[in-house]
Amino acid sequence: MSDHSSSYVPSNAVTRWLDERLPIIRLMYDSFIVFPTPRNLNYLWTFGGILTFCLVVQIITGIVLAMHFVAHGDHAFASVEHIMRDVNWGDLIRYTHAVGASMFFFAAYVHLFRGLYYGSYKSPREIIWIFGVVILLLMIITAFMGYSLVWGQMSFWAVTVITNLFTAIPFVGETITQWIWGGYSVGDPTLNRLFSLHYLFPFIIAALVGLHIWALHVVGSNNPTGVDVKTEKDTVSFFPFYVIKDGFAVVLFMLLFSWFVFYAPNYLGHSDNFIEANPLQTPPHIVPEWYFLPFYAILRAIPDKLLGVIAMVAAIVVLFVIPWLDTSKIRSVSNRPLFKPFFWLFVVTCLALGYLGSKNPEGYYLISSQLFTAYYFIFFLVIMPVVGLIETPKELPDSITEAVEGKSGKEGASS
Amino acid sequence: MNSILKNTMKVASLLSAALLSSSFLAGSALAAGGAGPEVKRQEWSFGGFNGQYDKAQLQRGFGVYKEVCASCHGLKLLSYRNLVQKGGPEFSKEQALAIAKEATVVDGVNEDGEPNERPGKLSDRFQGPFKNEAEARSANNGAYPPDFSVLAKARTIHRHVPWYTEPYWWAYDMITAYEEKGADYIYALLTNYSTPPNGVVLGDGMNYNKYFPGHQIAMANPLTDDAVEYTDGTPTTAAQHAKDVTAFMAWAAEPHLNERKNMGKRVQIYLLIFALLLFLAKKSVWSRQKH
Repeated sequence: MSDHSSSYVPSNAVTRWLDERLPIIRLMYDSFIVFPTPRNLNYLWTFGGILTFCLVVQIITGIVLAMHFVAHGDHAFASVEHIMRDVNWGDLIRYTHAVGASMFFFAAYVHLFRGLYYGSYKSPREIIWIFGVVILLLMIITAFMGYSLVWGQMSFWAVTVITNLFTAIPFVGETITQWIWGGYSVGDPTLNRLFSLHYLFPFIIAALVGLHIWALHVVGSNNPTGVDVKTEKDTVSFFPFYVIKDGFAVVLFMLLFSWFVFYAPNYLGHSDNFIEANPLQTPPHIVPEWYFLPFYAILRAIPDKLLGVIAMVAAIVVLFVIPWLDTSKIRSVSNRPLFKPFFWLFVVTCLALGYLGSKNPEGYYLISSQLFTAYYFIFFLVIMPVVGLIETPKELPDSITEAVEGKSGKEGASS
Repeated sequence: MNSILKNTMKVASLLSAALLSSSFLAGSALAAGGAGPEVKRQEWSFGGFNGQYDKAQLQRGFGVYKEVCASCHGLKLLSYRNLVQKGGPEFSKEQALAIAKEATVVDGVNEDGEPNERPGKLSDRFQGPFKNEAEARSANNGAYPPDFSVLAKARTIHRHVPWYTEPYWWAYDMITAYEEKGADYIYALLTNYSTPPNGVVLGDGMNYNKYFPGHQIAMANPLTDDAVEYTDGTPTTAAQHAKDVTAFMAWAAEPHLNERKNMGKRVQIYLLIFALLLFLAKKSVWSRQKH
């Protein structure tokens, strides 16, 4: 995979001329045409392509929305409604952007859990994983800032709640928070900087996606068996095999996406955000968008503000170090009988935290949040290192080809 | 210590859904929602996958708004021209202009430097009943009648269901494209004014409505039978008025719904065909794989 010899041959004088000066066609050819990819990737591996599609959709719709949006406390809400009512196709552009954020996170979470299940973070793919977590972190910040721009009640109070978390920092918390606000409370200067950064971050994400894919193309894709690629027989060229498969998956994803955009565009949103921001009136329940709910549940599971913030941040930071927390010698959870139930319990935990994040942290909801939060961290900090050491994994196939074609395929290859 | 153990046991039972008693669930749901009885899902012409606004209903609804609601509730994000546009009440230009002309619009200053007042034009925004929030509150016993522009999307309903059935209802609402929760709430509110139950003491000038959060609402029951005249023979019951004005509010909040849902069908048919072709192409490409 990290094969440096390139099979690209410029076909005419112009591409030859270009290739000697800037081998960009060669780069594209090596990365997306002949790139050898494991032949046994399942549909979970199409989410990388789906995420690229999501990022492009968000950037294009976002640029158009920014042409009509007014980043001012008195006008932001009305300018969004102006887009919905008076801009040509404005309602579709905005709904695509708003639903697109949800779709982006849905795909990112599938992608992340795919990586977790198949051990895609393990050597030699640690850098790919780390860039992935950085991208997730930037996505979270970007989506949060974008939601605030609507300047509805939920936007305003979400910004208030989240920026207030910085006051939990000892000694300098107050100063930092006021610096972020650009004043003594959430207001116009806050809205303006959120808009500025919301426009900037997607391009940083795009650059990081470039690095993520670059690192992937150095070591090559993992695959469902977790066994390394050994011979050319284990792979197929990216084009046409995975281009057509990813393309099919993207169109299926667009069908889901368009269901929400055209028939249920506000299903994933919150009705309170159709009330213009009012600093004097707190909504009865302040809840973030669905994709933040697990983190919100962790934040509120701990009654102490500072510790809650630390737990919420730790829930993401812990992802950075899992390549070193996981002591298993093999990658795929499907071959790890002891670890498997713990993994699925972790999936249930994340879903349960998502549910609990939408409820008031009181009574049984609070206690459940605390138990699930505990398991979230125990899974990474205890189960991952310990189970990897004591478990005897299932016997792995010798090669990807053997896994696909059975033993007979292997015999056929050796004869 | 004993109580911690007890709590842990209780949580364990919460996690294993089977052990839950329904009375506990009903209690916790009420504590969390606090809003009142369940709001029934109504049949709306614009609801669901095939929904489209009923032009005649929107015209009747506008009549109700104009005769009854407009004395307190504004519609500031809409312009008079919106009454003409496709997918709405689709009044004729003349009708809409006549409606606009009834309003007085302040447009810049005249040659004496005084505010210039003129009759409304189609391009003007709807003129609200009050100059500002303070005036609205002083005229309404301290309450502020909310603007109608996006109100139908700014309200929702909460289902009172056991927690383990909630995922089912999320999926159900998603698949049936249930986007009319706000409309259902408004309709329920408008049709459920009543005398307070025994023991409930209302504040000064307040009215009892079981669907309003806290059950005390400053707005008196606005709709009565025959409050507004209809020209199309539709019965003029209070419930019909409520239904029509709610439909009008839904349109005001989502004026491009007809166009959006129509386009959605074309987009989805296109995507389905595209997906099918790609699937066949994918199968054919992968059959070429060397063994």
